Amino acid sequence: MGGPVERPVPDDAAPDQNAADIVGSTPAPESTIDRQTDSPYGVEHKGMFGVSGSGDTTGFGGLVREPWTPPGAERPYGGYFDDLVDALYAAYPQAGEAISKVVVDRDELTLHIAREHLIGVATALRNDPALRFELCSSVSGVDYLGSQHRLHSVAHLTSMTYRRRVRIEVQVSVEDPHVPSLTGLYPTADWQERETYDLFGIVYDGHPSLTRILMPDDWDGHPQRKDYPLGGIPVQYKGATIPPPDERRAYK
Amino acid sequence: MTDAYAPSRGTTEGRVYNLSGGDWDTVLGGTDPIEEERLVLNMGPQHPSTHGVLRLVLELDGETVTDARVVVGYLHTGIEKNTEYRTWTQGVTFLTRADYLSPMFNETVYCLGVEKLLGVTAPERANLIRVLMMEVNRLSSHWVWLATGGMELGALTAMTNGFRAREKCLDVFEMISGLRMNHAYIRPGGVAQDLPEGYDEKLREFIKGQHEELRGVDKLLTGQAIWVNRLKNVGWIGVEGCISLGITGPLLRAAGLPWDMRKTEPYLGYETFDFEVPTDDRGDSYSRFLVRVAEMHESLKIIEQVLDRLEPGPTMIDDPKIAWPAKLSLGPDGLGNSLEHVQRIMNTSMESLIHHFKLVTEGFRVPPGQVYTKVESPRGELGAHVVSDGGTRPYRVHFREPSFINLQGVATMAIGGLVADVIASVASIDPVMGGCDR
Repeated sequence: MGGPVERPVPDDAAPDQNAADIVGSTPAPESTIDRQTDSPYGVEHKGMFGVSGSGDTTGFGGLVREPWTPPGAERPYGGYFDDLVDALYAAYPQAGEAISKVVVDRDELTLHIAREHLIGVATALRNDPALRFELCSSVSGVDYLGSQHRLHSVAHLTSMTYRRRVRIEVQVSVEDPHVPSLTGLYPTADWQERETYDLFGIVYDGHPSLTRILMPDDWDGHPQRKDYPLGGIPVQYKGATIPPPDERRAYK
Repeated sequence: MTDAYAPSRGTTEGRVYNLSGGDWDTVLGGTDPIEEERLVLNMGPQHPSTHGVLRLVLELDGETVTDARVVVGYLHTGIEKNTEYRTWTQGVTFLTRADYLSPMFNETVYCLGVEKLLGVTAPERANLIRVLMMEVNRLSSHWVWLATGGMELGALTAMTNGFRAREKCLDVFEMISGLRMNHAYIRPGGVAQDLPEGYDEKLREFIKGQHEELRGVDKLLTGQAIWVNRLKNVGWIGVEGCISLGITGPLLRAAGLPWDMRKTEPYLGYETFDFEVPTDDRGDSYSRFLVRVAEMHESLKIIEQVLDRLEPGPTMIDDPKIAWPAKLSLGPDGLGNSLEHVQRIMNTSMESLIHHFKLVTEGFRVPPGQVYTKVESPRGELGAHVVSDGGTRPYRVHFREPSFINLQGVATMAIGGLVADVIASVASIDPVMGGCDR
């Protein structure tokens, strides 16, 4: 296993403090969602083959793939989603402020939550008799490199009583990667938040022991971030040198 | 104090007791050196009884565990990161290696995610084959659990019998997918190839053989005094504990909640199959043994029903932009593109060659968005959070791995018990470190 010194680590992938310091010195989190500019996810991709300056005449090099913005859903959402959101508004009075966007896509409901309301919303989702999301199925992260709040902490909740699912998503920036921890509500979030911290550098405030879990304790950087290289060494085959997978020419 | 077995005699140095005496308490003035000491015991990651590269740090008071910590990550191979640098189809090849004892479930849950993002469904026959492969896989996974769990408790015959039975499951995989492990058989849009000739007879024979093996388990282990004593009232965890710790699968069902997503949130037509969800109400390691064995019987019932229902038909979606054009066939040099296809693309149709090349090297594009799909794996809820940005590669794939999450229950099960019971508890969780660490 390559030691942390040998790895090429991008500058902004390595926070200069460890998690404990950050947790200790955090003021109350401010709202993370700028409602006027919900910046699109990802970056613009130009050129189909990832090649530029080669005098390409095929026209493929000029193709552009725009970054993507999930559209906000309009009422009625369909299925049980309307009931669910209504029940949440009834159970959590500040829901209008907390939910910055509702996305209904491919029969799945996503609630984008402002981070200072995450605990309130999750408490209502878990405790309200009309909601009863007893099980926190999964906590994971996604890094939408290029957008303003690129780190997303995504939790999938399951209501075993009503057999419903909902996804709650919180967006934060790399400069201020703080999200309240769900461990107080769902003890199962413990390891999953440690994993998300380990691989994305999202800092869960209030987590009992936010340390690395999959990577070695002394590792630098957060490997699942999009600006963290995959790594690997060139391979020689019949005289030719094949670069590692993340440096190969690739379709965009 | 006088004792026929611990004679003492007076000497000039004081009273001397012989070593076989049972009166050391009075000699030492009632202090127990073991009670005064706190022993921290490191177990693993290289230990034959920790079910893989799992490390346990146990704090002991005599033989009683007072604290238990679980350390994972020794098998982290960056599978999720690697999928971001391959096409959607190649993603299967990586993810099948995550939980290497339930590869069919990994492949299926990922493919269901990709298909949901694409807005397509695989043909009926492909879905039936997926169900068939998953249920054979459930058997093989539970056999390995029985074999390794038995070995960790010293039941070596359980190990040899379990691996023998599992070998028959792997023979089925080899017959259908060509490989015993790391299949990459289930692909977005269907399965890699159709069932081979004569599959029906071989599978019905397989079912018979498995019933025979399961009868062997009943004879060897069910109700057997040593097995029961090692497992009963060991590693207890109740329904509330399971749900708060996110523990699903046989552990939750052994605690009494019949939560099986094949019934509660059916996928791939599981609602049309006739099978039961075995439960138990004691929530200990022995309940988990009974639940898993009962589940194996149910899996055999499902396999039989799949065989009755299989009708000829396509096994890959009829969309040339997604399905690979070549039909694989077995040649003299192994499995590969069929000869007809090679002749067609090399001799008659240049466009077919271009299309084949583009689809294999570039792959297909998946509309942007995110989905969460889930299947009931042998270890519980296996979820896939699949995100696309509209490109030819997955933007992010996250596996909600039941091994990873269920291992959080080790401390609850172990603390207060004996150190020997830690082994039984961990074995009853059935963690697979390849899945846990990914």
